[in-house]
Amino acid sequence: MSDVIISVKDLCKCFGDFTAVDHITFEVQRGEIFGFLGANGAGKTTAMRMLCGLSYPTSGSGRVAGFDICTQGEQIKRHIGYMSQRFSLYDDLTVRENIRLYAGIYGLGRYETLRRTVSVLNRLHFRDEANTLVGSLPLGWKQKLAFSVATLHRPEVVFLDEPTGGVDPVTRRQFWEMIYEAASGGTTVFVTTHYMDEAEYCSRVSIMVDGKIEALGAPAELKKQYGAESMDEVFRILARGAKRSE
Amino acid sequence: MSGFLHFVKKETLHILRDRRTMLIVLLMPVVQVLLFGFAISTEVNNIPFFAVAPNRTEAVRQQIERMSVNPYFLFKGYIDQSRIDRVLRSGQATAVVVFADDYDRLVEGAAAGAVDEVAVQFILDASNPNNAGTGQIYLQRAFLADGSTAAGSAPAVRILYNPQMKSSYNFVPGIMGLIFILICAMMTSVSIVREKESGTMEVLLVSPVRPIWIISAKMIPYFLLSCLALATILLLAHYVLGVPMSGSMVGLVGLSLLYLVLSLALGLFISTVSHTQVVAILISGMLLMLPVIMLSGMLFPVENMPGILQALSCVVPARWYIEAVRKLMIGGQSFAAVWQESAILLGMTVALVAVALKKFNDKLE
Repeated sequence: MSDVIISVKDLCKCFGDFTAVDHITFEVQRGEIFGFLGANGAGKTTAMRMLCGLSYPTSGSGRVAGFDICTQGEQIKRHIGYMSQRFSLYDDLTVRENIRLYAGIYGLGRYETLRRTVSVLNRLHFRDEANTLVGSLPLGWKQKLAFSVATLHRPEVVFLDEPTGGVDPVTRRQFWEMIYEAASGGTTVFVTTHYMDEAEYCSRVSIMVDGKIEALGAPAELKKQYGAESMDEVFRILARGAKRSE
Repeated sequence: MSGFLHFVKKETLHILRDRRTMLIVLLMPVVQVLLFGFAISTEVNNIPFFAVAPNRTEAVRQQIERMSVNPYFLFKGYIDQSRIDRVLRSGQATAVVVFADDYDRLVEGAAAGAVDEVAVQFILDASNPNNAGTGQIYLQRAFLADGSTAAGSAPAVRILYNPQMKSSYNFVPGIMGLIFILICAMMTSVSIVREKESGTMEVLLVSPVRPIWIISAKMIPYFLLSCLALATILLLAHYVLGVPMSGSMVGLVGLSLLYLVLSLALGLFISTVSHTQVVAILISGMLLMLPVIMLSGMLFPVENMPGILQALSCVVPARWYIEAVRKLMIGGQSFAAVWQESAILLGMTVALVAVALKKFNDKLE
């Protein structure tokens, strides 16, 4: 059982009469790249917020990194990393200051902070930009930096909420290489995306429609199950049944 | 705790990097104190006046001499009776002082209580009623100061606390009430909302740092900035404007710190109800700045307002703060004299902090 890093059972979230997340159940294995797909408004973000300890479920239960999402939100926060769809570093701080800030937030010591800062700068070939304000970097660079910062404290799970929105194809490619690298190092990656070609890179994907998980499995399995050529087609077959729109 | 210090450092960097805003915050108290202290003032200096004196006797000359050295008056010269209308209309003078033909005799007679004929007449241009009214009072006092003139019938007036009736004194507490709201409430709320807008707040909330520490770390640099502004204002007021500061200094500073906390709580509250920086600025502007300027007694005396506005002014914290600071700063009273204002401010602070924290915690979910 120790290999299951995220397990969720009958998770629900209601806002008044509206059921944003409707009884979802799934498990994610350690080291997996888990694609969490769905149209806008399908309930992806709400579900992810519950997993991160940002919001409490209305009913159901779940565990992330061994902690209960209903009662141990604070411990969960120590063991996960998070990167939102919006750029989440500070434009008016330099690259180095941003890294230091997050190192400080996660309580890394002085030596460890220095060591990891250097390693991040080297990995991203950012040595010359260490003292550049983040605001003046191109978007693709920023996103790669944001990912490095989100995984700086070596979390067990990293949640990526549409990390590649608005990024050019070459940088997206590089970004996914970074994701693979993190996963091979044992970090579980939980990623939402709108790009179906990216869905193909995931070990397993789930597709949410109207708050429910309609399909779950490896991309190859799903394509076979729905008789589709690509994940894009699988997604369209499922999304056709959606009642909620944008 | 180490996370907390990193946050304080980060917020400080934000402020330091934003040079323009920081400059505004540091210079604004200086500019406002100087502006209100010297440029914008309801007192009237250098009232230009002509004199009409058919007989320039020793007594007349002495009177004019005295007025010439008085900073409130500017003697422009002697003119003929026929030119009175012209100099007033052309705006060369605000006042004309007309001495009677037999000024000496009338003054002596008045001193003896025998004559009650008019020895001197003031003609004033009242197209600006404020200037004319003030000018009239000044002129009367200038003549009364000469003990020989109508001394018997003049009421003895003594003006307390602000004997020169300097209006700049009155503005200083108002400026303090305004600037602290601006720095603490407006800038704090904008800075919190900016993080909500940019998405960084979300990332911070996913981190193990407790939300209340994130917010406290945000407030500390603004609190320090306000303390700097407080020191600037007090020093400028005392050494440049000559405000006496004869009351309890401890009380004044203590009360100001309380007001700072209140303003920070207001800022936090505003940040919980607004989603964009523009909304935060609008709320601060409409709901805080406007009442502070209009209803706090900063510019317009609360006592002169219609009943409903007076009642409304009671919920404006700045009203109590400004009133108390006036008593302490200008009235020279001890802290005991402002216990009522202090108690009201303390009550408001406790209530606002409680509401703001509750609202902040609710919003997180």
